[in-house]
Amino acid sequence: MDHSASPQSPVATHAEQLVYFPRSDGSRIPYKVYSSPEIYRLEQERIFHGPVWSFLALEAEIPHPGDFKGTFVGDAPVVVTRNGDASLSAWVNRCAHRGAMVCRAARGNAKTHICAYHQWSYDTRGKLRGIPFRNGVKGSAGMPADFDPTNHGLEQLRVDSYRGAIFATFSTSAPSLYDYLGPNMRPGLDRIFHKPIVYLGCSRQYSKSNWKLYHENVRDNYHASLLHAFFSTFNLFRATTTRTEVINGERGLHNYTRGFHTQDTTGGAAYKQDGVSSFKDGLRLQDPSLLSMISELDDGTFQIQAIFPQLVLQQIQNSLVARQILPKGPTNFELIFHFFGYTDDTPEMRLHRIKLANLVGPAGLVSMEDMLATELVQFGTTGSEDALSIADMCRDAPDDPQIASSISETYIRHFWRGYQELMGL
Amino acid sequence: MDTTLQELMLWYELHRLQERYISVIDTDRLEELPELFTEDCVYEIVPKENADLGLPIGIMHCFGRAMLSDRITALRNANIFEPHTYRHLTAGLEFTPIGRDTVDMQCNYVVVQTLTDGESRVYQSGRYFDRIVRTAEGWRYQSKRAIYDTSRVQTLLVTPV
Repeated sequence: MDHSASPQSPVATHAEQLVYFPRSDGSRIPYKVYSSPEIYRLEQERIFHGPVWSFLALEAEIPHPGDFKGTFVGDAPVVVTRNGDASLSAWVNRCAHRGAMVCRAARGNAKTHICAYHQWSYDTRGKLRGIPFRNGVKGSAGMPADFDPTNHGLEQLRVDSYRGAIFATFSTSAPSLYDYLGPNMRPGLDRIFHKPIVYLGCSRQYSKSNWKLYHENVRDNYHASLLHAFFSTFNLFRATTTRTEVINGERGLHNYTRGFHTQDTTGGAAYKQDGVSSFKDGLRLQDPSLLSMISELDDGTFQIQAIFPQLVLQQIQNSLVARQILPKGPTNFELIFHFFGYTDDTPEMRLHRIKLANLVGPAGLVSMEDMLATELVQFGTTGSEDALSIADMCRDAPDDPQIASSISETYIRHFWRGYQELMGL
Repeated sequence: MDTTLQELMLWYELHRLQERYISVIDTDRLEELPELFTEDCVYEIVPKENADLGLPIGIMHCFGRAMLSDRITALRNANIFEPHTYRHLTAGLEFTPIGRDTVDMQCNYVVVQTLTDGESRVYQSGRYFDRIVRTAEGWRYQSKRAIYDTSRVQTLLVTPV
Protein backbone atom coordinates (compact mmCIF):
# COMPACT_ATOMS: atom_id res chain seq x y z
CA MET A 1 0.00 0.00 0.00
CA ASP A 2 1.51 3.32 -1.05
CA HIS A 3 1.21 5.68 1.90
CA SER A 4 3.13 8.37 0.05
CA ALA A 5 0.08 8.94 -2.16
CA SER A 6 -2.21 11.91 -1.47
CA PRO A 7 -3.93 11.69 1.92
CA GLN A 8 -6.96 9.50 2.23
CA SER A 9 -9.24 8.95 5.15
CA PRO A 10 -8.26 6.07 7.42
CA VAL A 11 -11.38 4.27 6.30
CA ALA A 12 -10.51 4.63 2.63
CA THR A 13 -6.98 3.25 2.82
CA HIS A 14 -8.40 0.00 4.08
CA ALA A 15 -11.24 -0.12 1.61
CA GLU A 16 -10.07 -3.18 -0.19
CA GLN A 17 -9.90 -5.08 3.08
CA LEU A 18 -13.42 -4.19 4.08
CA VAL A 19 -15.33 -6.59 1.88
CA TYR A 20 -14.61 -9.10 -0.85
CA PHE A 21 -16.66 -9.47 -4.02
CA PRO A 22 -15.62 -12.89 -5.33
CA ARG A 23 -16.73 -12.29 -8.93
CA SER A 24 -16.18 -9.34 -11.20
CA ASP A 25 -19.51 -9.73 -13.02
CA GLY A 26 -21.61 -8.48 -10.10
CA SER A 27 -23.40 -11.81 -9.66
CA ARG A 28 -22.15 -12.54 -6.14
CA ILE A 29 -22.77 -9.96 -3.43
CA PRO A 30 -21.41 -10.46 0.11
CA TYR A 31 -24.16 -9.79 2.63
CA LYS A 32 -21.77 -7.67 4.66
CA VAL A 33 -22.60 -4.73 2.39
CA TYR A 34 -26.08 -4.52 3.92
CA SER A 35 -24.99 -4.19 7.55
CA SER A 36 -21.35 -3.08 7.90
CA PRO A 37 -20.92 0.30 9.65
CA GLU A 38 -17.53 0.67 7.94
CA ILE A 39 -19.08 0.22 4.50
CA TYR A 40 -21.76 2.74 5.45
CA ARG A 41 -19.10 5.28 6.47
CA LEU A 42 -17.20 4.66 3.26
CA GLU A 43 -20.43 5.25 1.32
CA GLN A 44 -20.82 8.62 3.01
CA GLU A 45 -17.39 9.54 1.71
CA ARG A 46 -17.29 7.88 -1.70
CA ILE A 47 -20.93 8.24 -2.72
CA PHE A 48 -22.67 11.03 -0.80
CA HIS A 49 -19.58 13.24 -0.74
CA GLY A 50 -18.34 11.75 -4.00
CA PRO A 51 -18.75 12.68 -7.66
CA VAL A 52 -22.51 12.04 -7.67
CA TRP A 53 -25.59 14.21 -7.63
CA SER A 54 -28.18 13.49 -4.94
CA PHE A 55 -31.84 14.29 -5.48
CA LEU A 56 -33.12 16.94 -3.06
CA ALA A 57 -36.57 18.07 -4.13
CA LEU A 58 -38.89 18.99 -6.96
CA GLU A 59 -38.83 22.65 -7.92
CA ALA A 60 -42.61 22.51 -7.52
CA GLU A 61 -42.03 22.05 -3.76
CA ILE A 62 -40.29 25.43 -3.49
CA PRO A 63 -41.83 27.56 -6.22
CA HIS A 64 -41.66 31.05 -4.63
CA PRO A 65 -38.72 33.22 -3.57
CA GLY A 66 -37.89 32.46 0.06
CA ASP A 67 -39.38 28.94 -0.07
CA PHE A 68 -37.20 26.29 1.53
CA LYS A 69 -37.19 22.61 2.34
CA GLY A 70 -35.00 20.63 4.73
CA THR A 71 -33.70 17.28 3.49
CA PHE A 72 -30.50 15.18 3.43
CA VAL A 73 -27.57 14.21 1.27
CA GLY A 74 -26.54 10.97 2.89
CA ASP A 75 -26.23 11.77 6.60
CA ALA A 76 -25.71 15.50 6.10
CA PRO A 77 -28.76 17.68 6.74
CA VAL A 78 -29.18 20.03 3.81
CA VAL A 79 -31.58 22.87 3.10
CA VAL A 80 -32.56 23.78 -0.44
CA THR A 81 -33.89 27.29 -0.99
CA ARG A 82 -35.35 29.51 -3.69
CA ASN A 83 -33.52 32.83 -3.78
CA GLY A 84 -35.06 36.22 -4.58
CA ASP A 85 -33.87 36.03 -8.18
CA ALA A 86 -35.54 32.58 -8.54
CA SER A 87 -32.19 30.75 -8.51
CA LEU A 88 -31.63 27.84 -6.12
CA SER A 89 -29.22 27.40 -3.24
CA ALA A 90 -28.33 24.36 -1.17
CA TRP A 91 -26.37 24.47 2.06
CA VAL A 92 -25.54 22.23 4.96
CA ASN A 93 -27.90 22.90 7.81
CA ARG A 94 -25.10 23.57 10.28
CA CYS A 95 -24.29 26.96 11.75
CA ALA A 96 -20.82 28.21 10.81
CA HIS A 97 -20.40 29.22 14.46
CA ARG A 98 -20.73 26.19 16.74
CA GLY A 99 -22.47 23.67 14.50
CA ALA A 100 -26.10 24.00 15.54
CA MET A 101 -28.92 23.18 13.15
CA VAL A 102 -29.94 26.54 11.70
CA CYS A 103 -33.20 25.90 9.86
CA ARG A 104 -35.49 24.01 12.21
CA ALA A 105 -38.62 23.91 10.09
CA ALA A 106 -39.15 21.14 7.55
CA ARG A 107 -40.68 23.52 5.00
CA GLY A 108 -41.54 27.18 4.84
CA ASN A 109 -40.74 30.60 3.49
CA ALA A 110 -38.15 32.94 4.96
CA LYS A 111 -35.87 35.73 3.82
CA THR A 112 -33.39 34.98 6.58
CA HIS A 113 -32.45 31.91 8.57
CA ILE A 114 -31.49 32.67 12.14
CA CYS A 115 -29.68 30.18 14.34
CA ALA A 116 -31.53 29.84 17.64
CA TYR A 117 -28.38 29.47 19.70
CA HIS A 118 -26.58 32.82 19.20
CA GLN A 119 -28.84 34.41 16.59
CA TRP A 120 -26.30 34.34 13.77
CA SER A 121 -28.34 35.20 10.74
CA TYR A 122 -27.98 33.98 7.14
CA ASP A 123 -29.74 34.87 3.90
CA THR A 124 -31.38 32.34 1.58
CA ARG A 125 -28.01 31.65 -0.07
CA GLY A 126 -26.40 30.86 3.28
CA LYS A 127 -24.34 34.05 3.43
CA LEU A 128 -23.71 35.29 6.95
CA ARG A 129 -25.54 38.59 7.40
CA GLY A 130 -25.63 39.31 11.08
CA ILE A 131 -23.86 38.44 14.32
CA PRO A 132 -25.19 39.88 17.59
CA PHE A 133 -22.57 41.76 19.61
CA ARG A 134 -20.04 41.43 16.81
CA ASN A 135 -18.53 44.80 17.69
CA GLY A 136 -18.74 44.20 21.40
CA VAL A 137 -21.09 45.60 23.97
CA LYS A 138 -20.54 46.95 27.51
CA GLY A 139 -17.17 45.44 28.31
CA SER A 140 -17.14 42.72 25.70
CA ALA A 141 -14.46 43.14 23.05
CA GLY A 142 -16.63 41.51 20.39
CA MET A 143 -15.29 39.38 17.57
CA PRO A 144 -11.56 39.68 16.70
CA ALA A 145 -10.38 42.20 14.11
CA ASP A 146 -9.47 39.40 11.71
CA PHE A 147 -12.99 37.97 11.69
CA ASP A 148 -14.36 38.12 8.14
CA PRO A 149 -18.03 37.12 7.76
CA THR A 150 -17.52 36.14 4.13
CA ASN A 151 -15.44 33.22 5.37
CA HIS A 152 -18.22 32.01 7.64
CA GLY A 153 -21.22 31.35 5.48
CA LEU A 154 -23.04 28.04 5.50
CA GLU A 155 -21.25 25.22 3.69
CA GLN A 156 -22.45 25.25 0.10
CA LEU A 157 -23.33 22.40 -2.23
CA ARG A 158 -23.39 22.69 -6.00
CA VAL A 159 -27.06 22.69 -6.85
CA ASP A 160 -28.75 22.29 -10.21
CA SER A 161 -32.07 21.30 -11.62
CA TYR A 162 -33.00 19.20 -14.65
CA ARG A 163 -36.59 19.55 -15.86
CA GLY A 164 -37.65 20.66 -12.39
CA ALA A 165 -35.87 17.93 -10.43
CA ILE A 166 -33.30 19.47 -8.05
CA PHE A 167 -30.03 17.68 -7.33
CA ALA A 168 -26.94 18.68 -5.36
CA THR A 169 -23.38 17.50 -4.90
CA PHE A 170 -20.59 18.22 -2.42
CA SER A 171 -18.04 17.40 -5.08
CA THR A 172 -16.22 20.04 -7.07
CA SER A 173 -14.98 17.36 -9.49
CA ALA A 174 -18.37 15.80 -10.31
CA PRO A 175 -19.45 16.40 -13.92
CA SER A 176 -22.38 18.69 -14.61
CA LEU A 177 -25.81 17.38 -13.61
CA TYR A 178 -26.66 17.16 -17.29
CA ASP A 179 -23.67 14.87 -17.90
CA TYR A 180 -24.19 12.96 -14.67
CA LEU A 181 -27.66 12.02 -15.85
CA GLY A 182 -26.30 11.18 -19.29
CA PRO A 183 -27.99 10.53 -22.65
CA ASN A 184 -29.55 7.21 -21.57
CA MET A 185 -31.38 8.72 -18.60
CA ARG A 186 -32.34 12.20 -19.75
CA PRO A 187 -35.16 10.98 -22.04
CA GLY A 188 -36.90 9.41 -19.05
CA LEU A 189 -37.00 12.71 -17.19
CA ASP A 190 -37.93 14.51 -20.41
CA ARG A 191 -40.87 12.17 -20.82
CA ILE A 192 -42.40 12.65 -17.37
CA PHE A 193 -41.48 16.29 -16.89
CA HIS A 194 -42.57 17.40 -20.34
CA LYS A 195 -44.86 20.10 -18.92
CA PRO A 196 -45.12 22.02 -15.63
CA ILE A 197 -46.04 20.04 -12.54
CA VAL A 198 -47.79 20.80 -9.28
CA TYR A 199 -46.85 19.18 -5.94
CA LEU A 200 -49.58 17.09 -4.32
CA GLY A 201 -47.88 16.00 -1.09
CA CYS A 202 -45.72 13.16 0.19
CA SER A 203 -45.88 9.96 2.18
CA ARG A 204 -43.01 8.29 4.03
CA GLN A 205 -42.14 4.66 4.45
CA TYR A 206 -39.48 3.70 7.01
CA SER A 207 -37.60 0.47 6.51
CA LYS A 208 -35.51 -1.73 8.80
CA SER A 209 -33.21 -2.55 5.92
CA ASN A 210 -30.22 -1.25 3.99
CA TRP A 211 -30.89 1.42 1.35
CA LYS A 212 -29.10 -0.53 -1.38
CA LEU A 213 -31.66 -3.31 -1.10
CA TYR A 214 -34.17 -0.83 -2.45
CA HIS A 215 -31.96 0.02 -5.40
CA GLU A 216 -31.73 -3.69 -6.18
CA ASN A 217 -35.47 -4.01 -5.86
CA VAL A 218 -36.28 -1.36 -8.47
CA ARG A 219 -33.86 -3.02 -10.91
CA ASP A 220 -35.29 -6.47 -10.27
CA ASN A 221 -37.56 -7.48 -13.14
CA TYR A 222 -37.81 -10.98 -11.76
CA HIS A 223 -39.94 -10.21 -8.71
CA ALA A 224 -42.60 -7.82 -9.93
CA SER A 225 -45.29 -10.25 -11.02
CA LEU A 226 -44.48 -12.71 -8.24
CA LEU A 227 -44.16 -10.63 -5.07
CA HIS A 228 -46.71 -8.01 -5.93
CA ALA A 229 -49.67 -10.32 -5.93
CA PHE A 230 -52.10 -7.45 -6.39
CA PHE A 231 -51.05 -7.40 -10.03
CA SER A 232 -51.62 -11.04 -10.73
CA THR A 233 -54.61 -11.48 -8.44
CA PHE A 234 -56.62 -8.88 -10.24
CA ASN A 235 -55.02 -9.39 -13.67
CA LEU A 236 -53.42 -5.96 -13.73
CA PHE A 237 -50.00 -7.13 -14.83
CA ARG A 238 -48.48 -10.47 -15.65
CA ALA A 239 -44.85 -10.85 -16.65
CA THR A 240 -45.84 -12.85 -19.70
CA THR A 241 -47.97 -10.02 -20.96
CA THR A 242 -45.98 -6.87 -20.31
CA ARG A 243 -43.21 -5.93 -22.65
CA THR A 244 -40.46 -4.16 -20.81
CA GLU A 245 -37.53 -2.15 -22.04
CA VAL A 246 -34.58 -1.41 -19.83
CA ILE A 247 -31.50 0.70 -20.30
CA ASN A 248 -28.68 1.47 -17.89
CA GLY A 249 -26.71 4.57 -17.20
CA GLU A 250 -23.22 4.46 -18.62
CA ARG A 251 -21.66 3.51 -15.26
CA GLY A 252 -24.31 0.93 -14.42
CA LEU A 253 -25.73 2.86 -11.48
CA HIS A 254 -28.73 4.54 -13.08
CA ASN A 255 -31.51 2.45 -14.55
CA TYR A 256 -34.50 3.25 -16.76
CA THR A 257 -37.20 0.60 -17.02
CA ARG A 258 -40.39 1.00 -19.01
CA GLY A 259 -43.40 -1.27 -19.35
CA PHE A 260 -46.01 -1.66 -22.06
CA HIS A 261 -49.02 -3.72 -21.08
CA THR A 262 -50.96 -6.17 -23.17
CA GLN A 263 -53.91 -8.18 -21.90
CA ASP A 264 -53.22 -11.78 -20.93
CA THR A 265 -55.34 -13.97 -23.18
CA THR A 266 -53.82 -17.27 -22.06
CA GLY A 267 -55.54 -17.13 -18.68
CA GLY A 268 -52.16 -16.98 -16.99
CA ALA A 269 -51.09 -20.42 -18.24
CA ALA A 270 -47.41 -19.95 -17.41
CA TYR A 271 -48.27 -19.13 -13.79
CA LYS A 272 -50.58 -22.08 -13.37
CA GLN A 273 -47.99 -24.38 -14.88
CA ASP A 274 -45.27 -23.26 -12.47
CA GLY A 275 -47.63 -23.32 -9.51
CA VAL A 276 -46.90 -19.73 -8.66
CA SER A 277 -48.65 -19.12 -5.37
CA SER A 278 -49.49 -15.48 -5.92
CA PHE A 279 -51.68 -16.26 -8.88
CA LYS A 280 -55.37 -16.44 -8.12
CA ASP A 281 -57.94 -16.96 -10.80
CA GLY A 282 -61.16 -15.06 -10.96
CA LEU A 283 -60.79 -12.48 -8.20
CA ARG A 284 -62.15 -9.13 -9.29
CA LEU A 285 -62.29 -5.71 -7.73
CA GLN A 286 -65.75 -4.35 -6.85
CA ASP A 287 -64.61 -0.94 -8.03
CA PRO A 288 -62.12 -1.41 -10.87
CA SER A 289 -61.97 2.31 -11.65
CA LEU A 290 -58.75 2.27 -9.63
CA LEU A 291 -57.08 0.38 -12.46
CA SER A 292 -58.29 2.45 -15.38
CA MET A 293 -55.73 4.45 -17.26
CA ILE A 294 -56.43 7.80 -18.80
CA SER A 295 -54.21 8.16 -21.82
CA GLU A 296 -51.82 11.06 -21.37
CA LEU A 297 -48.19 10.29 -22.04
CA ASP A 298 -47.85 7.57 -24.65
CA ASP A 299 -48.41 3.82 -24.72
CA GLY A 300 -46.13 3.24 -21.74
CA THR A 301 -48.02 1.91 -18.73
CA PHE A 302 -45.16 2.28 -16.32
CA GLN A 303 -41.74 3.82 -15.89
CA ILE A 304 -39.41 3.09 -12.98
CA GLN A 305 -36.21 5.09 -13.28
CA ALA A 306 -33.44 5.11 -10.71
CA ILE A 307 -31.07 8.08 -10.66
CA PHE A 308 -28.47 6.88 -8.20
CA PRO A 309 -28.32 7.42 -5.28
CA GLN A 310 -31.38 9.28 -3.98
CA LEU A 311 -34.09 9.19 -6.66
CA VAL A 312 -36.47 6.74 -8.25
CA LEU A 313 -38.79 8.49 -10.68
CA GLN A 314 -42.00 6.59 -11.22
CA GLN A 315 -44.97 6.60 -13.51
CA ILE A 316 -47.52 3.82 -12.92
CA GLN A 317 -50.46 4.49 -15.19
CA ASN A 318 -51.49 8.02 -14.18
CA SER A 319 -49.64 7.96 -10.87
CA LEU A 320 -46.56 10.21 -10.94
CA VAL A 321 -44.11 10.08 -8.06
CA ALA A 322 -40.52 11.08 -7.32
CA ARG A 323 -39.33 8.58 -4.70
CA GLN A 324 -36.51 9.92 -2.54
CA ILE A 325 -34.20 7.39 -0.84
CA LEU A 326 -32.58 8.57 2.40
CA PRO A 327 -30.19 6.16 4.16
CA LYS A 328 -30.45 6.27 7.96
CA GLY A 329 -27.51 4.14 9.06
CA PRO A 330 -26.59 0.75 7.65
CA THR A 331 -29.80 -0.97 8.63
CA ASN A 332 -32.48 1.64 8.00
CA PHE A 333 -33.68 3.98 5.31
CA GLU A 334 -36.57 6.34 4.72
CA LEU A 335 -38.39 6.31 1.40
CA ILE A 336 -40.35 9.46 0.64
CA PHE A 337 -42.97 9.35 -2.11
CA HIS A 338 -43.38 12.83 -3.60
CA PHE A 339 -46.60 12.90 -5.59
CA PHE A 340 -47.24 15.36 -8.40
CA GLY A 341 -49.61 16.09 -11.25
CA TYR A 342 -49.53 18.52 -14.13
CA THR A 343 -50.65 22.11 -13.67
CA ASP A 344 -53.18 21.66 -16.47
CA ASP A 345 -54.85 18.57 -14.93
CA THR A 346 -58.64 18.66 -15.07
CA PRO A 347 -60.46 18.17 -11.75
CA GLU A 348 -61.27 14.61 -12.91
CA MET A 349 -57.63 13.86 -13.58
CA ARG A 350 -56.62 15.37 -10.24
CA LEU A 351 -59.09 13.12 -8.44
CA HIS A 352 -57.89 10.13 -10.44
CA ARG A 353 -54.29 10.78 -9.38
CA ILE A 354 -55.40 10.94 -5.74
CA LYS A 355 -57.21 7.64 -6.19
CA LEU A 356 -54.07 6.16 -7.69
CA ALA A 357 -52.13 7.09 -4.56
CA ASN A 358 -53.64 3.81 -3.35
CA LEU A 359 -51.21 1.94 -5.59
CA VAL A 360 -47.91 3.26 -4.21
CA GLY A 361 -46.52 4.50 -0.94
CA PRO A 362 -46.53 2.79 2.47
CA ALA A 363 -50.03 1.39 1.90
CA GLY A 364 -49.45 0.95 -1.81
CA LEU A 365 -51.39 -1.95 -3.25
CA VAL A 366 -48.64 -2.63 -5.78
CA SER A 367 -45.61 -1.45 -3.83
CA MET A 368 -46.01 -2.16 -0.13
CA GLU A 369 -44.37 -5.57 -0.39
CA ASP A 370 -41.08 -4.08 -1.59
CA MET A 371 -40.40 -3.03 1.96
CA LEU A 372 -41.38 -6.43 3.27
CA ALA A 373 -38.91 -7.99 0.81
CA THR A 374 -35.99 -5.75 1.75
CA GLU A 375 -36.65 -6.36 5.43
CA LEU A 376 -36.85 -10.11 4.89
CA VAL A 377 -33.40 -9.97 3.29
CA GLN A 378 -32.03 -7.79 6.08
CA PHE A 379 -33.39 -10.17 8.68
CA GLY A 380 -32.26 -13.32 6.89
CA THR A 381 -28.71 -12.07 6.26
CA THR A 382 -27.99 -10.70 9.71
CA GLY A 383 -25.21 -12.77 11.20
CA SER A 384 -24.10 -14.15 7.80
CA GLU A 385 -21.79 -11.37 6.66
CA ASP A 386 -19.62 -13.53 4.44
CA ALA A 387 -22.38 -15.50 2.77
CA LEU A 388 -23.27 -14.49 -0.77
CA SER A 389 -26.33 -13.21 -2.62
CA ILE A 390 -26.78 -14.86 -6.01
CA ALA A 391 -27.90 -12.81 -9.01
CA ASP A 392 -27.67 -15.33 -11.84
CA MET A 393 -30.91 -14.92 -13.76
CA CYS A 394 -30.02 -14.54 -17.47
CA ARG A 395 -26.30 -14.51 -16.71
CA ASP A 396 -25.82 -16.74 -19.76
CA ALA A 397 -27.26 -14.05 -22.01
CA PRO A 398 -25.96 -10.87 -20.43
CA ASP A 399 -25.61 -8.77 -23.55
CA ASP A 400 -28.95 -9.45 -25.16
CA PRO A 401 -31.01 -6.38 -24.23
CA GLN A 402 -34.30 -8.04 -25.02
CA ILE A 403 -33.59 -10.95 -22.71
CA ALA A 404 -32.08 -8.65 -20.10
CA SER A 405 -35.26 -6.59 -20.16
CA SER A 406 -37.48 -9.53 -19.39
CA ILE A 407 -37.31 -11.66 -16.27
CA SER A 408 -33.66 -11.17 -15.40
CA GLU A 409 -31.15 -9.97 -12.83
CA THR A 410 -28.88 -8.37 -15.41
CA TYR A 411 -29.36 -4.89 -14.07
CA ILE A 412 -28.72 -5.95 -10.51
CA ARG A 413 -25.32 -7.21 -11.68
CA HIS A 414 -24.70 -3.91 -13.48
CA PHE A 415 -25.57 -2.03 -10.31
CA TRP A 416 -23.04 -3.95 -8.21
CA ARG A 417 -20.30 -3.50 -10.80
CA GLY A 418 -20.97 0.24 -10.82
CA TYR A 419 -21.11 0.35 -7.03
CA GLN A 420 -17.78 -1.43 -6.67
CA GLU A 421 -16.16 0.94 -9.14
CA LEU A 422 -17.46 4.06 -7.41
CA MET A 423 -16.57 2.77 -3.96
CA GLY A 424 -13.13 1.50 -4.94
CA LEU A 425 -13.95 -1.99 -3.64
CA MET B 1 -85.66 15.28 26.63
CA ASP B 2 -83.65 18.31 27.73
CA THR B 3 -80.45 19.36 25.95
CA THR B 4 -78.03 17.74 28.37
CA LEU B 5 -79.70 14.35 28.10
CA GLN B 6 -79.83 14.68 24.31
CA GLU B 7 -76.12 15.43 24.22
CA LEU B 8 -75.45 12.52 26.55
CA MET B 9 -77.41 10.15 24.29
CA LEU B 10 -75.59 11.41 21.24
CA TRP B 11 -72.20 11.07 22.94
CA TYR B 12 -73.11 7.50 23.90
CA GLU B 13 -74.28 6.56 20.40
CA LEU B 14 -71.24 8.08 18.71
CA HIS B 15 -69.01 6.35 21.21
CA ARG B 16 -70.75 3.02 20.50
CA LEU B 17 -70.09 3.48 16.78
CA GLN B 18 -66.44 4.29 17.33
CA GLU B 19 -65.96 1.40 19.76
CA ARG B 20 -67.52 -0.95 17.25
CA TYR B 21 -65.28 0.40 14.50
CA ILE B 22 -62.20 -0.21 16.66
CA SER B 23 -63.30 -3.67 17.82
CA VAL B 24 -64.00 -4.83 14.28
CA ILE B 25 -60.48 -3.88 13.22
CA ASP B 26 -58.62 -5.03 16.34
CA THR B 27 -60.37 -8.42 16.48
CA ASP B 28 -59.74 -9.07 12.79
CA ARG B 29 -63.38 -8.92 11.69
CA LEU B 30 -62.50 -6.68 8.77
CA GLU B 31 -65.31 -8.03 6.60
CA GLU B 32 -67.70 -6.21 8.97
CA LEU B 33 -65.92 -2.90 8.50
CA PRO B 34 -67.65 -1.66 5.32
CA GLU B 35 -71.05 -2.09 7.03
CA LEU B 36 -70.18 0.82 9.31
CA PHE B 37 -69.95 3.15 6.33
CA THR B 38 -72.52 4.57 3.93
CA GLU B 39 -72.52 3.43 0.30
CA ASP B 40 -71.06 6.72 -0.91
CA CYS B 41 -68.58 7.01 1.94
CA VAL B 42 -65.08 8.44 1.94
CA TYR B 43 -62.34 6.80 4.03
CA GLU B 44 -58.89 8.35 3.93
CA ILE B 45 -55.62 8.05 5.82
CA VAL B 46 -53.61 11.24 5.33
CA PRO B 47 -50.35 12.42 6.94
CA LYS B 48 -50.71 15.58 9.03
CA GLU B 49 -47.83 17.21 7.15
CA ASN B 50 -49.97 17.16 4.00
CA ALA B 51 -53.23 18.10 5.69
CA ASP B 52 -51.58 21.11 7.35
CA LEU B 53 -50.40 22.37 3.96
CA GLY B 54 -53.72 21.68 2.26
CA LEU B 55 -52.16 18.96 0.11
CA PRO B 56 -54.49 16.11 -0.86
CA ILE B 57 -52.25 13.02 -0.96
CA GLY B 58 -52.69 10.28 1.60
CA ILE B 59 -51.72 6.65 1.84
CA MET B 60 -55.21 5.18 1.54
CA HIS B 61 -58.19 6.71 -0.25
CA CYS B 62 -61.47 4.83 -0.47
CA PHE B 63 -64.20 6.64 -2.38
CA GLY B 64 -67.27 4.53 -1.83
CA ARG B 65 -67.89 1.41 0.21
CA ALA B 66 -66.85 -0.79 -2.75
CA MET B 67 -63.27 0.53 -2.63
CA LEU B 68 -63.13 -0.13 1.09
CA SER B 69 -64.30 -3.71 0.48
CA ASP B 70 -61.66 -4.05 -2.24
CA ARG B 71 -58.97 -3.03 0.25
CA ILE B 72 -60.08 -5.85 2.50
CA THR B 73 -60.24 -8.34 -0.36
CA ALA B 74 -56.70 -7.33 -1.33
CA LEU B 75 -55.55 -7.71 2.28
CA ARG B 76 -57.03 -11.21 2.53
CA ASN B 77 -56.05 -12.48 -0.94
CA ALA B 78 -53.29 -10.46 -2.52
CA ASN B 79 -51.07 -8.38 -0.28
CA ILE B 80 -48.12 -10.01 1.46
CA PHE B 81 -47.16 -8.72 4.90
CA GLU B 82 -45.96 -9.76 8.31
CA PRO B 83 -48.82 -10.89 10.56
CA HIS B 84 -49.63 -8.18 13.09
CA THR B 85 -52.11 -7.15 15.75
CA TYR B 86 -53.47 -3.65 16.26
CA ARG B 87 -54.70 -2.29 19.57
CA HIS B 88 -56.39 1.11 19.34
CA LEU B 89 -56.60 3.61 22.15
CA THR B 90 -58.71 6.76 21.85
CA ALA B 91 -59.19 9.99 23.74
CA GLY B 92 -60.26 13.58 23.30
CA LEU B 93 -63.60 12.95 21.60
CA GLU B 94 -65.39 16.11 20.50
CA PHE B 95 -68.54 16.41 18.40
CA THR B 96 -70.71 19.05 16.74
CA PRO B 97 -74.24 18.24 15.53
CA ILE B 98 -75.07 19.59 12.08
CA GLY B 99 -78.85 19.32 12.01
CA ARG B 100 -80.71 16.33 13.38
CA ASP B 101 -79.17 13.56 11.28
CA THR B 102 -75.55 14.61 10.86
CA VAL B 103 -72.71 14.99 13.33
CA ASP B 104 -69.10 16.03 12.87
CA MET B 105 -66.78 14.25 15.26
CA GLN B 106 -63.09 14.32 16.10
CA CYS B 107 -61.14 11.95 18.29
CA ASN B 108 -57.49 11.15 18.97
CA TYR B 109 -56.27 7.64 18.31
CA VAL B 110 -53.14 5.67 18.90
CA VAL B 111 -52.52 2.27 17.34
CA VAL B 112 -50.11 -0.03 19.14
CA GLN B 113 -48.89 -2.75 16.81
CA THR B 114 -47.47 -6.13 17.79
CA LEU B 115 -45.38 -8.04 15.27
CA THR B 116 -44.11 -11.61 15.15
CA ASP B 117 -41.03 -10.69 17.18
CA GLY B 118 -43.37 -10.22 20.12
CA GLU B 119 -42.66 -6.53 20.55
CA SER B 120 -45.41 -3.96 20.84
CA ARG B 121 -44.66 -0.53 19.46
CA VAL B 122 -46.53 2.73 18.94
CA TYR B 123 -47.28 2.33 15.25
CA GLN B 124 -49.38 5.39 14.55
CA SER B 125 -50.83 8.35 16.39
CA GLY B 126 -53.35 10.72 14.91
CA ARG B 127 -56.82 12.21 15.00
CA TYR B 128 -60.03 11.07 13.32
CA PHE B 129 -62.14 13.67 11.52
CA ASP B 130 -65.52 12.05 10.90
CA ARG B 131 -68.87 13.00 9.44
CA ILE B 132 -71.49 10.63 10.79
CA VAL B 133 -75.05 10.35 9.49
CA ARG B 134 -78.22 8.72 10.77
CA THR B 135 -79.40 5.84 8.56
CA ALA B 136 -82.07 3.16 8.88
CA GLU B 137 -79.39 0.90 10.39
CA GLY B 138 -78.24 3.54 12.84
CA TRP B 139 -75.34 5.99 12.82
CA ARG B 140 -72.86 5.37 10.02
CA TYR B 141 -69.68 7.02 8.76
CA GLN B 142 -70.28 9.12 5.69
CA SER B 143 -66.67 10.17 5.80
CA LYS B 144 -63.74 9.28 8.02
CA ARG B 145 -60.33 10.88 7.67
CA ALA B 146 -57.52 9.60 9.85
CA ILE B 147 -54.97 12.42 9.91
CA TYR B 148 -51.83 10.83 11.32
CA ASP B 149 -48.85 12.47 13.06
CA THR B 150 -46.47 9.53 12.64
CA SER B 151 -45.23 10.49 9.21
CA ARG B 152 -42.75 7.61 9.16
CA VAL B 153 -44.92 4.59 8.46
CA GLN B 154 -42.97 1.61 9.74
CA THR B 155 -42.50 -0.93 6.92
CA LEU B 156 -46.00 -0.81 5.47
CA LEU B 157 -49.66 -0.23 6.27
CA VAL B 158 -52.22 -2.72 5.05
CA THR B 159 -54.87 -2.76 7.79
CA PRO B 160 -57.05 0.36 8.03
CA VAL B 161 -56.51 2.44 11.15
